[in-house]
Amino acid sequence: MTANDERKAWMGLLAKAPATELARLWEAFGEEPGHDWLRAPEAGGVMVRGRAGATGAPFNLGEMTVTRCSLKLEGGAVGHGYVQGRDKRQARQAALVDALMQTGEAATVREAILDPLAETLETARAARAAKAAATKVDFFTMVRGED
Amino acid sequence: MYVAVKGGERAIDNAHAWLADERRGDRGVAELSVAQIREQLSLAVNRVMAEGSLYDPDLAALAIKQSRGDLIEAIFLIRAYRTTLPRFGASKPIETGEMACDRRISATFKDAPGGQVLGPTFDYTHRLLDFKLAADGEVPEAPEGTPQGGDVPHITGYLNREGLIQDEPESDEVPPDLTREPMELPAGRPLRLQSLTRGDEGFVLGMAYSTQRGYARNHAFVGELRIGAVAVEMDIPELGFAIEIGEITVTECETVNQFKGSKTEPPQFTRGYGLVFGQTERKAISMALVDRALRWKELGEDDQGAPAQDEEFVLMHSDNIQATGFLEHIKLPHYVDFQSELELVRKLRREVEAARSSVLSDGLAPGEAAE
Repeated sequence: MTANDERKAWMGLLAKAPATELARLWEAFGEEPGHDWLRAPEAGGVMVRGRAGATGAPFNLGEMTVTRCSLKLEGGAVGHGYVQGRDKRQARQAALVDALMQTGEAATVREAILDPLAETLETARAARAAKAAATKVDFFTMVRGED
Repeated sequence: MYVAVKGGERAIDNAHAWLADERRGDRGVAELSVAQIREQLSLAVNRVMAEGSLYDPDLAALAIKQSRGDLIEAIFLIRAYRTTLPRFGASKPIETGEMACDRRISATFKDAPGGQVLGPTFDYTHRLLDFKLAADGEVPEAPEGTPQGGDVPHITGYLNREGLIQDEPESDEVPPDLTREPMELPAGRPLRLQSLTRGDEGFVLGMAYSTQRGYARNHAFVGELRIGAVAVEMDIPELGFAIEIGEITVTECETVNQFKGSKTEPPQFTRGYGLVFGQTERKAISMALVDRALRWKELGEDDQGAPAQDEEFVLMHSDNIQATGFLEHIKLPHYVDFQSELELVRKLRREVEAARSSVLSDGLAPGEAAE
């Protein structure tokens, strides 16, 4: 996995994580590091696209809300936050985690925040998948009268 | 002539105060929270997100609360809010083949790889009112099974291997956006699909039903219907690569339509496509049928003169906010317009009466004068 792939994975996780869960883990992690805003948190829209027939030409499906921000830690690491929804606190915490992941604290942050978040999302996904699996149809052929 | 008039401010303020009071209803009944609407009226929330063209369940729930459950009014609120958001960009097209499916059924292949998964459906319920819900019953957790894992491939892919279904031409062309530029006709398929996915559910359903009843019949089978979560990915310029910026639930319907061939195309199956925000199955199936009906020109079919084949008719009348705006504006004050109409009718009446009396004074019978 390249460095970009790793960063892509944790940013995606922070974008999809429930805001309350990230806030809980972040507060338990400790003091918020000092930082300067490169771009203060702002809510906006992203046009989501689909493809005709799932594989053909792209079309515009509709927008979704996204909040983003960028900041710089005192040590110089730059973090970006892109999260679904309109929660500015979540965007700030995501950018701080992104920045810290580029410092010597990466391993601690991963253990304290990213791993538990990944587990939360995986648990939710698995629970839905299990409920879906219970509604899978088993076909059986009726015994015919003349046999 | 346009004449400005002033007045009614106190009446308007008081009307809005009464609206807020009526919205709250009986104070003896607990107030609804936005979270309750989001969680327990989720299909209404989904419709507001789809037709409001903005995926944000909390905002849609708030709009439903504010609009007292009038979903078109809620869609109006969401559309108005949407225009205030800066646009950060556009996502990569979502990969519905990688969907985490809650539901996935096919009406064409019983043994579709990945199976028939019913999901949380109203199908096969008896549509009998459940009085237990009126009595605050606890609901048990849904049963769980063992997921098989792995991708759930699109069923049309199997027909494609035999070459029996029309292929979707690959393209990465930037699609037109009717929220940014006025819709121009004739519209290409990307613009039609954008218009249909945000179109009024009732209107699109009615159009789809008309094709089933014989107005441009196109013999649709639901090749596949799937509902579930997909990741949304976007290129981030400051990073230089794409990241997932969220996850949305969508409903996708692919119809497989019998097609005897035309001047340009061999006999094969053709496709209609529906893709809609949220769990919105009726809308997605309707969209697929209407999409297919509107494709008559590119498939070399005959124009049967059916409403669902008429792009101008379908696309210009499917938007419930445009329709509501124009329809409801006629209830607003038109005093001056009406005053001139009143003058005109009075004048015509005077002229007719004057003509009649002059005929009568000439000594002819009234019956003849009426002719």
